[in-house]
Amino acid sequence: MELVVFVLAAAMILVGGLGVVLRSHPVHAALSLILTLFGVAVMFVSQQAHFLAAVQVIVYAGAIVVLFLFVIMLLGVDRTEDLKTEPFKVQRPLAVIVGLGVVGLVTAAVVTSRDVVATRGAGIIEPAMTDPDSNIRQLSRSVFGDYVVAFEVTSVLLVVAVVGTVLLTRKVKPTSKESQ
Amino acid sequence: MSALIAAATPTTTWYLVLAAVLFGIGTVGVLVRRNPLVMFMCIELMLNAVNLTFVALAKRLGDIGGQTTVFFVMVVAAAEVVVGLGIIVSIMRKRPGANVDDISALKG
Repeated sequence: MELVVFVLAAAMILVGGLGVVLRSHPVHAALSLILTLFGVAVMFVSQQAHFLAAVQVIVYAGAIVVLFLFVIMLLGVDRTEDLKTEPFKVQRPLAVIVGLGVVGLVTAAVVTSRDVVATRGAGIIEPAMTDPDSNIRQLSRSVFGDYVVAFEVTSVLLVVAVVGTVLLTRKVKPTSKESQ
Repeated sequence: MSALIAAATPTTTWYLVLAAVLFGIGTVGVLVRRNPLVMFMCIELMLNAVNLTFVALAKRLGDIGGQTTVFFVMVVAAAEVVVGLGIIVSIMRKRPGANVDDISALKG
């Protein structure tokens, strides 16, 4: 059962990821990104991260991809990009080599060190029928307990991001003093 | 055959290798594509690969800290997308249809 879930979600993730890279239309790339994000959410559920799966669907697939689509439509760049022309001849083979190198190195590191890691923490409580919200409680104890300072700094980060974006995208109007 | 399928339960290594492949796809996308929006989407792919790694290792190590880290990574990713798209919008307003080669110089 777990194997079937893994294979299906992995297929979603890989097809979506390849779609983002290979589709020449930006809207199609954004929709492929949604497929990948849902696959990752399924993986989160099968790894006992239920709250993060919900956040993944709501924040990533719900907010971030909608923001991408909104910007694509706003800028009017929703036309097919010509992927045949290459500005630099050697770039694509080099990029594929770099990508395969990254995958190969990380895979080698994972496979060689798969017996090294041992259980260290207190354990992640698997939700049961009698205790369905244990993951949320455990995660909230961590966020609002051990990492509460980081959580508060996060709010500063969000305010800075919002104010900065408003300043960046604002149209500069000539003031009446300058125009006189 | 059914015994083989029953024996092959996905271990943490499977998840980590899958995350590595997804990260590689994102890397190739950033290096190959010319549209700044699609490059941004590829960065999101890489962030998701790292999130998957964190969650898989949180279960493997029995430590909820990995999931907490993913929570903060998501917040930072949301802020990053907002700022990045703001920059892209303000650039594209001046030069419609620009790709990253056209805007490689840091001046307007």
